[in-house]
Amino acid sequence: MRKPFILRLLSSLDSKQWLALGVFLALALVAVPVLHLAVPEESAFHVSTYAITLVGKIMCYALVAVAMDLIWGYGGILSLGHGLFFALGGYAFGMYLMRQIGRDGSYQSDLPDFMVFLDWKELPWFWLGSDHIGWMGFLVLAVPAAVAFVFGYFAFRSRIKGVYFSIITQALTYAAMLLFFRNETGFGGNNGFTDFKRILGYGITTSEMRLVLFGLTALALAATLVFAAWLVKSKFGRVLTAIRDAESRVMFIGYNPLWYKLTIWVISAVLCGIAGALYVPQVGIINPSEMSPGNSIEIAIWVAVGGRGTLIGPVIGAFVVNLAKSWFTVSFPEYWLFFLGLLFIVVTLMLPQGLVGLWKKVMEKKGAVA
Amino acid sequence: MIGKTLLVLLCAVAFQAHAALDPAQVRRLAADDSTEKVAAIRQIAQTADPDAARLLTAMGDGNLYLANDKALIIDGDKAVDAATGAAVKMPAEPESVTVNNRIRGELANALAALKLFDADPAIRLASAQKLQSNVNADMAPLLAKALEKESDTRIAALLTTAHAQANLGNADPAARLAAVQALAEANSPSIKAMLQPLTDKAGEPEDKVRYAAIETVKAIERRLAMGETLGSMFSGISLGSILLLAALGLAITYGVMGVINMAHGELLMVGAYSAYGMQSLFRAYFPDAIDWYLPAAIPVAFFAAALIGVVMERTVIRWLYGRTLETLLATWGISLVLIQGARVLFGAQNVEVSNPSWMSGGIALMPNLMLPWNRIIIIGFALFVLFLVWLLMNKTRLGMFVRAVTQNRPMASCVGVHTARIDTLAFALGAGIAGLGGVALSQISNVGPDMGQGYIVDSFMVVVVGGVGQLAGAVWAALGLGIFSKLLEGWAGAVIAKIVILVAIIVFIQKRPQGIFALKGRFVE
Repeated sequence: MRKPFILRLLSSLDSKQWLALGVFLALALVAVPVLHLAVPEESAFHVSTYAITLVGKIMCYALVAVAMDLIWGYGGILSLGHGLFFALGGYAFGMYLMRQIGRDGSYQSDLPDFMVFLDWKELPWFWLGSDHIGWMGFLVLAVPAAVAFVFGYFAFRSRIKGVYFSIITQALTYAAMLLFFRNETGFGGNNGFTDFKRILGYGITTSEMRLVLFGLTALALAATLVFAAWLVKSKFGRVLTAIRDAESRVMFIGYNPLWYKLTIWVISAVLCGIAGALYVPQVGIINPSEMSPGNSIEIAIWVAVGGRGTLIGPVIGAFVVNLAKSWFTVSFPEYWLFFLGLLFIVVTLMLPQGLVGLWKKVMEKKGAVA
Repeated sequence: MIGKTLLVLLCAVAFQAHAALDPAQVRRLAADDSTEKVAAIRQIAQTADPDAARLLTAMGDGNLYLANDKALIIDGDKAVDAATGAAVKMPAEPESVTVNNRIRGELANALAALKLFDADPAIRLASAQKLQSNVNADMAPLLAKALEKESDTRIAALLTTAHAQANLGNADPAARLAAVQALAEANSPSIKAMLQPLTDKAGEPEDKVRYAAIETVKAIERRLAMGETLGSMFSGISLGSILLLAALGLAITYGVMGVINMAHGELLMVGAYSAYGMQSLFRAYFPDAIDWYLPAAIPVAFFAAALIGVVMERTVIRWLYGRTLETLLATWGISLVLIQGARVLFGAQNVEVSNPSWMSGGIALMPNLMLPWNRIIIIGFALFVLFLVWLLMNKTRLGMFVRAVTQNRPMASCVGVHTARIDTLAFALGAGIAGLGGVALSQISNVGPDMGQGYIVDSFMVVVVGGVGQLAGAVWAALGLGIFSKLLEGWAGAVIAKIVILVAIIVFIQKRPQGIFALKGRFVE
């Protein structure tokens, strides 16, 4: 008899991993708020707003990296268009945030400022219901899922794979970026959405709101990790890995790879959408440059740096690369692209398993010596 | 024949020298009222007298004076009678004749009209061209006179349209009808605008003339539309040639090694910066031969890009053999390094690369269809590069090896092809061709560190649509994409055109995953 679902979910992580996850959540949900609100600003233990925003942002990236790892590390499909799903989720939630500005915009109109600027008299049809958080929350999931389903169905059905698929996803996000850059598309043109004021009536810049968003992001990341751990250990995950390693053989055994690939592709896109929706209120802006091909390809490097085919790897990679980016762009802005470029080269040449692989190797050597 | 014409002209000049200008008309040139001056200028121009040209030039230079109710031309300390040309005594207090802007324009027209009677055909031609855009009804008799005398067919044709334009305002319906019919062969937007008032009842009471005008306007519109379509076809071919230059190299490397070189766009940039470097070199050391910097840049760009290609292949790509997705990421990393390198070396701003003088200008086929020389030369250059690549791939031993490795690497290796060396050479060749593409790009678009980024998706699309490892496929795909996107741009704007093209390609790959020209043969994945 199969074990009940909840037991299988529990057994997808071992006790050490559950402990690590618990510590992480305790830090994010208890320690950070206390250190931010209760500890005075001069104290060395005070967690600044900047740090909360930065870590919150990177946790969103980590979520995207895990989504990317599911499709690339476990499915063997390199997508260079994940920035699109991230941005779609961000835009969907951004629409809600724009409506929450209400009449506090610079034109004091019911319409978002950019529409007044374009001399539009009423909301376009696709903004219908954008003032309901429930509906927009649904769209955050549904829009990336729908785009991913339609695109993935046609791509996987004609068995487009490898670099072909990568480049076509890049073309997809590039086309979407061009579309969103147009003012007539109805998403604020190249300025995108910004100047958000509140969520559900609460001010977006208050410490409490920041902590809530921070905590939600941490929860989403933790839940995603548990879900992903369960998924890759399930029968579905096994078949997926088999498709990655030998697609033809899996087909000859009698599986149809289309639905496996499509499922993981859509799941990955939805996770990116959630990350985007959490990212926008914390960073306070969303514009079409999020869809630029360069951004999407950077996601791949987070995963590669951390280690593909492991779940903790992408999280580590996202943190390492983005902390390095924050540090470089402040201290040595000239050298950031050199560093990033060399990172791409060095990681692919010398660290095919990423930092996690390196760690495992070092531990093995230690074990061998001892 | 020429002697006879000259004789006739000389006779005409000699005869006209005797016909003095009407002193009353000349006096009116100095009238207080501008309108009266204009009328006088027009009438004096009608005489087609060389004296008239002299007089009007003097007036334009501000040398016409009024003294004792007589018009005089005073140049320095000499004074002559404006009408007869006879020397007169310098008057005590000459009064200068005011020449305002309206008069100045009128004088320019009149002088242009008078130049129609010049002995030199080149001057006549220039004058006739000048009169195409501004004629007034008063000039009709003068133009008729000039037309009668004109022997050069080209000038005569220009004069015919000018005469017809002048006659559009004629009071006689028959003359108007003749004018409209004479303009039926015209194809410029300005003549269309001139005929437009005649197409409605208010502007043209005579039915016959109006119908003729409507017909003529329609004919002109048809020709203008054709010019526009031809124009977008031409820019499509031009874009296609650029895409071809960008994609040829990619087609070779992708065909041979199955890797996408994401730094391919940056190799274009290297080529463009080579052109910039050669331009700076020539400016500094050979300023007299500055026009030759471009031919000199071609080999430099080829070898600079090829060298970078060899270094890339030997240090990075070779070690990732068989791991195509990782190669994609590593070459992206290389592209970032190259972009930042260009920024550090040449600055983040775009640099200025100017066309050599022999590339500026163009051929005007129709008033609204201009084919710029730089585009024509780039199309020619793309064909030349294509020919060289074809020669190399099909007529040399290296080309045969490259094709062999493209078709079946293990088999080629078995029969003794040194595949590792072929990889390096093919990569160098692809990179070098990208460098050549960069030189061409430097002539028509901005040269900056980011310039290559926009081309990688486009050139890969060409490779995908054309089919891997196929020169013919790349050519047709590049031309097709170029023309298709330019035509779409005309209807829907640049952004929508780009999106439609990308979507169309995605759909296209559904149907033909191997491209238009699939390699024949059996493959095991």
